[in-house]
Amino acid sequence: MTGRSIGRGILTGYVALYVAILYFPVLLLPVFSFNNSATPKFPLTGLTFKWYEGLAGNSAMHSAAWNSLLVGVCASLFSTVLGICAARAITRHKFAGKGAASGLIMAPLILPEIIIAISLLVVLLSIGMELSLLTVILGHLLICVPYSVTVLVSGFEGFDPSMEEASRDLGETVWGTLRRVTLPMLMPSIVSSMLVTFTISLDEFILAFFLTGTEPTLPVYIWGQLRFAAKLPNVLALGSILIALSLVMLTVAELVRRRAEARTATT
Amino acid sequence: MAGMIEIEGVEKHYGGFRALGPVGASIAEGEFFSLLGPSGCGKTTLLRLIGGFDEPTRGTIAIGGAPMAGRPANLRPTNMVFQSYAIFPHLNVTENVAYGLKRLRLGGEEERRRVDEALVQVELAGLGSRMGNQLSGGQRQRVALARALVMRPKVLLLDEPLSALDKKLREQMQVELRHLQRQIGITFVLVTHDQYEALGMSDRIAVMFGGRIAQIATPKEIYQNPASREVADFLGGMNFLTARDIAANGSGFSADLPGIGGISGRLPAGSDPAAAGAAPVIGIRPERLRIVWEGETADRIIEGTVADRHYFGEVTNLVVDIEGQDAAVSVVETNDFGADDIPVGSSIRLTCDPDAFVFMPG
Ligand SMILES: Nc1ncnc2c1ncn2[C@@H]1O[C@H](COP(=O)(O)OP(=O)(O)OP(=O)(O)O)[C@@H](O)[C@H]1O
Ligand SMILES: [Mg+2]
Repeated sequence: MTGRSIGRGILTGYVALYVAILYFPVLLLPVFSFNNSATPKFPLTGLTFKWYEGLAGNSAMHSAAWNSLLVGVCASLFSTVLGICAARAITRHKFAGKGAASGLIMAPLILPEIIIAISLLVVLLSIGMELSLLTVILGHLLICVPYSVTVLVSGFEGFDPSMEEASRDLGETVWGTLRRVTLPMLMPSIVSSMLVTFTISLDEFILAFFLTGTEPTLPVYIWGQLRFAAKLPNVLALGSILIALSLVMLTVAELVRRRAEARTATT
Repeated sequence: MAGMIEIEGVEKHYGGFRALGPVGASIAEGEFFSLLGPSGCGKTTLLRLIGGFDEPTRGTIAIGGAPMAGRPANLRPTNMVFQSYAIFPHLNVTENVAYGLKRLRLGGEEERRRVDEALVQVELAGLGSRMGNQLSGGQRQRVALARALVMRPKVLLLDEPLSALDKKLREQMQVELRHLQRQIGITFVLVTHDQYEALGMSDRIAVMFGGRIAQIATPKEIYQNPASREVADFLGGMNFLTARDIAANGSGFSADLPGIGGISGRLPAGSDPAAAGAAPVIGIRPERLRIVWEGETADRIIEGTVADRHYFGEVTNLVVDIEGQDAAVSVVETNDFGADDIPVGSSIRLTCDPDAFVFMPG
C-alpha cells in the first residue's frame, strides 16, 4: 500500500466515524419509539405503536405544537420581510453608519442567547408587557433576522441592479418594481430565508423558555415532560415525528427553491 | 429652435470627486448622437443623468422643451438599452417587451399588436415564448431594444449596446441600428468607446475626456479637424510633426517642417497658432501619406527610412524615420503595389496632398 492510499483510508475512516457519532443518537430515537419497553435501552422488547397512540389523545402536546407552528410562521414571515428591507438598504444604498447598522443586525448571532433572553425578559416586564406567544415571536425575530439578512444580501448581490432600473425606465413605480421584478428575482432567497428561520424558531428553547407565558412551545413542552420518566417514550415518539416532518419540509423547500432559481438564473 | 435635449452646465460629483462636467450640449430631434471617449471619462454618468437614474449636482437638462429636474426615470420620455441588457430572466420575450405597456392598460388586442410590431422591427418574431435567460447575446440585445422601442420614447439611450457582441455581429448591428433610427426617426444617444462605431453611425459625436466634452461635431469634421491633440489621437492614428515657423492666414496657416519643407494647412475652428509657443505641432493622418514608387514624380517629396513594418492584410503600416523630425511617422498604404514587400531599413520617398496638414492645438 502506498502512503497516499493509507492517508486516504484514514480520512475515509475519520469521515465514517464522524457521521456515525453525529447521527447514531438521532437514529436511536425512532428505534426506541417503536419499542414497547418504558425505558429506552437494549435489548429491544417488542414492536408497539402505543407511544404514538398516546400522543394522539394528548391535547397539551397538540396545543404546544400549534403554538410552535404559529410562532415559527410569524417569526419567519416577519424576519424575512425585515430581512428584505435591511438587505436592500445594505446592497443598494450608501448611507452614514451603514457598517455599524449591519454589524448590529448581526450581533445577536454571537451574543450568548441566555443573556439576550434575560435582558429581554427584564425589559418586557419593566414596560409592563405580558408574556405570551407575541413576546416569544419578538425574541425569535431578534435571532432570526441575522440569518434572513445574510441569505437575502447574497440574493440581492446575485442580481443586476440595472434590472430594477430597467423596470423604472419602462415606467414602473418603486412599488411596482418591487412586486414585478425584485420579489420574483429574490424568490429563491426568500424561500431559503423562510425555511431557515422557521427551523430556527421551531427548535429554539432558551428564549421561548424565558419569554413564554402560559402557552409553551413544543421544545418547552418537551422539556417539561422530561421530568416524568414515564413520559419519555412519548417524547421519543414526538421527536421521531419532528425528524420526519423536518425531512419532508427541507426536501419540499429545496425543490421549490431550485425551481425558482432555475427561473431567475441569469445566463 | 431648441433641441430635443438641452444640457447646460451639468456636473456630477461623487463625494468630493467630480466625475463629470461642466458639460453642455444641444441634441436635435431625430439626431443620432454619440458620446465617445475612453473608459472612465463620464459617458455612462452623462447618459444616466439624461435618463433620470441620477440627478446632476449642478446644471439643467431639458427634454422636448420640459425641464427634467427632480423627474425620475419612469416619468421621462426616454428609454434605455442597458449595457448588461437587463433582460428580466423570469419573464419570456413577449412579457419582457410588454413589461412597460402593462401600466398603460392598452387592452390585450392593442398591446399584442404593439409587441408583435416591435418584435418584427428587431427581427425577433417567433421567439416570443422563449424565456429571458435562454437567449444568446445578440438576441438579448434585440429584446432590450424592442422593450425600449415599444414604449415609443422621444429619445432612446444606448449604453455600449454592441460591446458584448462578437465583431461580425457588432458590425451587422451597427448597420441595423442606424437603419432602425432613420426608419423611426427618434433621437438616439449612443455611448461607445469604439471610434469606428461612432464615426460610422452618428450624425454628430461628442468626444469626451476626463469628464469634459472636448469637441462636438460631425464625424467628418472631427476626423479631419480635431479640436485637440487628444481628440486627434483618440480617433484613428495621427502623426504629430514639429514645425519651425508658423503663421496664420485666415482659416489656414503656413509653416516650415524640418525634413519636409514649407507647407500650408487647415486651422481647426477657434485655434490660434500664435498661442502654440516655440514648437507648434502639425498633424497628418497616416493614410494621407503615400509612397512615391520608382518612376513616379510628385510636387512634394519627403525622404525617409523604413524603421518598421506591420502587415494588416489589405494594408501595411510602415513606420518611417524622417530626418529632422524627432518622432517616426506612420504610413498606411494598400498592398496593391507591394507596400508589404518594402524591406525594413530601405530608403523611401513619400508624398501627400497640400490639404492633408492640420494644425494641432494643445
Ligand atoms: N456611483 C459612483 N460612485 C463614485 N464614482 C463613480 C460612480 N459612478 C461613476 N463613478 C466615477 O465616475 C467616473 C466616470 O464614470 P462613467 O461610468 O461615467 O465612465 P464611462 O465613460 O462610462 O466609462 P466606461 O467606458 O468604462 O463605461 C469614473 O471615474 C467612475 O469611477
Ligand atoms: Mg460606461
